[in-house]
Amino acid sequence: MSFLTMIFAGLFYAATAIMIAGLVSKITQFAKTPAPLKIPTTPAPTTQTGVVLRMFREVAFFESLFKGTKWTWIFSYVFHMALFLVLFRHLRYFINPVPMPVELLQPFGMYGGFAMVAGLFGLWGRRFLVDRVKYISAASDHLMLMLLIGIGISGLSMTFAVHTDVVAVKAFFIGLMTFSFSELPADFNLLIHLFLVALLMIIFPFSKLLHIPGVFFSPSRNQIDNPREKRHLSDWARKLED
Amino acid sequence: MAKYNFKIPALNEYPVVPELEEDTMAHMETFRAKPEFQEALGFKGELGENWKEDCIEVIGELLGKYRSLQVYLDSCVKCGACTDKCHYYLGTKDPKNMPVARQDLMRKVYRRYFTFAGKYFPKLVGATDLTTEILDDWYNYYHQCSQCRRCSVFCPYGIDTAEISMAAREIMDRIGLGDKYSNEIISKVFKIGNNLGLPEPALADTLEGLEEDMQDDFGVDVKYPLDKKGADILLVTPSADFFAEPHVDGLIGYGKVFHEAGVSWTLSSKASEAANFGMFIGSYENMRKISLRIREAAIELGVKRIIFGECGHAWRVAYSFLNTLAGPFDFLDPDYPVPQHILEFTWDEIQKGTLNIDPSENDHMTLTYHDSCNVARATRMGDKPGGQFEIPRNVIKAVCNNFYDMAPETIRGTTFCCGGGGGLLTDDLMEVRVKGALPRMEALKNVIEEHGVTNMAAICAICKSQFTKVLPFYGMDMDMIVSVHQLVSNAIILTGQKTDDDDDD
Repeated sequence: MSFLTMIFAGLFYAATAIMIAGLVSKITQFAKTPAPLKIPTTPAPTTQTGVVLRMFREVAFFESLFKGTKWTWIFSYVFHMALFLVLFRHLRYFINPVPMPVELLQPFGMYGGFAMVAGLFGLWGRRFLVDRVKYISAASDHLMLMLLIGIGISGLSMTFAVHTDVVAVKAFFIGLMTFSFSELPADFNLLIHLFLVALLMIIFPFSKLLHIPGVFFSPSRNQIDNPREKRHLSDWARKLED
Repeated sequence: MAKYNFKIPALNEYPVVPELEEDTMAHMETFRAKPEFQEALGFKGELGENWKEDCIEVIGELLGKYRSLQVYLDSCVKCGACTDKCHYYLGTKDPKNMPVARQDLMRKVYRRYFTFAGKYFPKLVGATDLTTEILDDWYNYYHQCSQCRRCSVFCPYGIDTAEISMAAREIMDRIGLGDKYSNEIISKVFKIGNNLGLPEPALADTLEGLEEDMQDDFGVDVKYPLDKKGADILLVTPSADFFAEPHVDGLIGYGKVFHEAGVSWTLSSKASEAANFGMFIGSYENMRKISLRIREAAIELGVKRIIFGECGHAWRVAYSFLNTLAGPFDFLDPDYPVPQHILEFTWDEIQKGTLNIDPSENDHMTLTYHDSCNVARATRMGDKPGGQFEIPRNVIKAVCNNFYDMAPETIRGTTFCCGGGGGLLTDDLMEVRVKGALPRMEALKNVIEEHGVTNMAAICAICKSQFTKVLPFYGMDMDMIVSVHQLVSNAIILTGQKTDDDDDD
C-alpha cells in the first residue's frame, strides 16, 4: 500500500469517526435539552400529523425561506437539491453492484454538479452584493462556500476535463468499508476533491452545518399547538411545583 | 413631542428596505433597575466584580434548560432571510437591529466560551470575548426587540429572536443588570396585584363609576363586579382597561356582552392584571409566580371559567403557558377551554344570536384591524389554526359595516408589531418606539388614502397605548385607535335600553 493511500485511508476513517461522534453528541444534546414552554410559531398544526407535514414542507421545499427571500430561496434550493442528486450519484462508489435507481440517475447527476456550483456562486454573490448579508457574514461563512465550491469544481473537473480511474476509486472506498485496502489513484484533482470532502466531514459537527439536525429540533417548528388541551411540563419546571 | 430630539422617518408608499447605517441606535439605553427592584424579583442587585464569570455561568445554565436557545445559537447559517423583517431595523437602519445581528450579539459570546470552533479559532467564526462593550450592546439592543416573532416566520429553521432576547434579559437580570420599566412593574404586581399599582379601593371605585354611567346612559343595570364569590366566570384583563383610553371602552364592552349573554362574572382584585411581564424578561420563575395569582384567584372565588380581556402578550402567556405554569385547571368546567379569550366568548354569543346588534351605530367609522404580534404568531383562538385572525375580524364585521384590511404582508401571520411591545413601552425608549412603528404607520396611511379608513382597531393594551402615543408623530390623530370591544359596545342594544325618545320625555 502506498504512502498516499495510507494517508487518505487514515484521513477518511478519522473524518467519518469525527463526523459521526460529533453529530451523535450534538443530536443527543439537542434531544436531551428540555423545551419548557410551548412556542410553535402560529398558526401551527394542532396534530402530530400536521407537525410532520409542516416539517416536511420545511425540509423538502424550504417553505419559510421561500416566504422570506426569493433570491436566496432559488440559489439555496438549486444548491441543496443538486447536492442531493450528486450525493445520490456518488452512491455508485460505495455499493456493489450499483442499484438501478442510482444507475438511472447517473446522466442527470453529472449535470447536477453544475447546478450545485451555480447555486453556491449565487449564495456567495449575496454575501458581497447585499449590504445586510455582507454585514452578517463571518470569515467562516465565506470559507464554507469556498470549500463547497472547491469540492464541486474539483469533482466536475474529473467528469468533464481530466478523467480519473473511477474503477480504482471505487475499489479504494469499498476497500475502506471492508478493510481490504486497495490503491488510490494519485491524480491531483481526485486528491484535492477527496481532501476537501474529508475536511467538510470533519468540520460538520463544529460548524453551521448543524442546521441540518437543528431544524428537526426547532421548537417553533416541531411543536403541536395544543397547550390548552394538554399540559406541557418539563422536568426542571416540575421540580418548582414541589 | 418637542421634548424628543430625533428625526421621524418619512412614510413611504411602498415598503422600502433601507441601507445600513451603523450605530444609529447605539445611544438608546433604557433606564436601569435600582437594586431594590432587582432584589424584589430574586435577582442580583447590581453588577458585581465577577460579572463576566457570573454571565458565562448563567449562559451555561440556560443552554441546559432551553432547547430553543441551544438549537437556535447552533443552527443559524446567516442566510439573511430575517434581515429585512424586523420593524426596528426598517425604522432605524441600525444593522444591529437585524434579527440575525441581534442574535449574533449573544452567539459570538456563546461561540467563544462554549464551542470548539470559537475557543480555538475565534476570528474565523466571529467569536469574541465578553467585554463591557459587548454587555452594553446586549443591554441596548436586547431592549430594542419587542419579541414579536416576525423574524421566526421567515427563518428556514424557525429561529425566534424573541427566545434569544428573553434569554439575554434573564442573563442580565441574574448578573445584576435589569431594566427599570419591566422590573418595577413586576414588583408592583407582586405588591399590589397589577402593573399600574391600582389598589383594591380604587378599582372598586372605578367599576362603580362604570355601573353608574351605564345606568345614566342606558337605564340598564349592567354590573362590573369585583371579587364576587361564586360567579361563573373570572375575567382577567390588563389593568389599563380600568382607566386608559381607548382601553376602558373595551372593558365597558365586555360588561355589556356578559350582561346580554346572561352569565355571572367577576373581576378579581388579586388577579387584577392580565399582562405578565415575566415573559418580557425571560424569567420562568417570575412568569410562574405572576400566573399563580390567577389560579389562586380562581380557586378563592370558586369560578368555573377563566376569560382573558384584550391584551396581546397576556394572551400569549394565557393561551400558551398558563396551563404549564399554573395548571392543571381540572377544578374548572371541562366544557370550556382554559383560558378563553373574550373574543372567543363574544363571537360565540354573536353566532348564538344572544346579542342585539346594530352595526350602523359604527357607521361614522371606517375600520381596519391591527393584528397584535403576540396574538398572531404565538397563540390561537377557536379550534382551528388561524382562528386568531378570523375571529377578531368576524366580530368586527358583525358590529361594523365598513371594514378594510391593510396590505397582506403587514397583517395576520406577517403582521408588524406596534413598536412598543415586549417591555419597551416606556418613554425613555420613545425614539425606538416611534421608529419601530414605521411599517405599521405606512400600511395604515395607505388604507386611509385608498379606502378612507378612519380608525384602527386592536386587541392589545400595549398596542393601544403605543398607537395613542405614536400616531401624532406621524401626523395622525391619537383617537384613531379603538378597542374591538369598544366597537362591540357601540353596536349592542341592551335589553330594556332607554331610547332617545325616552330622553325627550
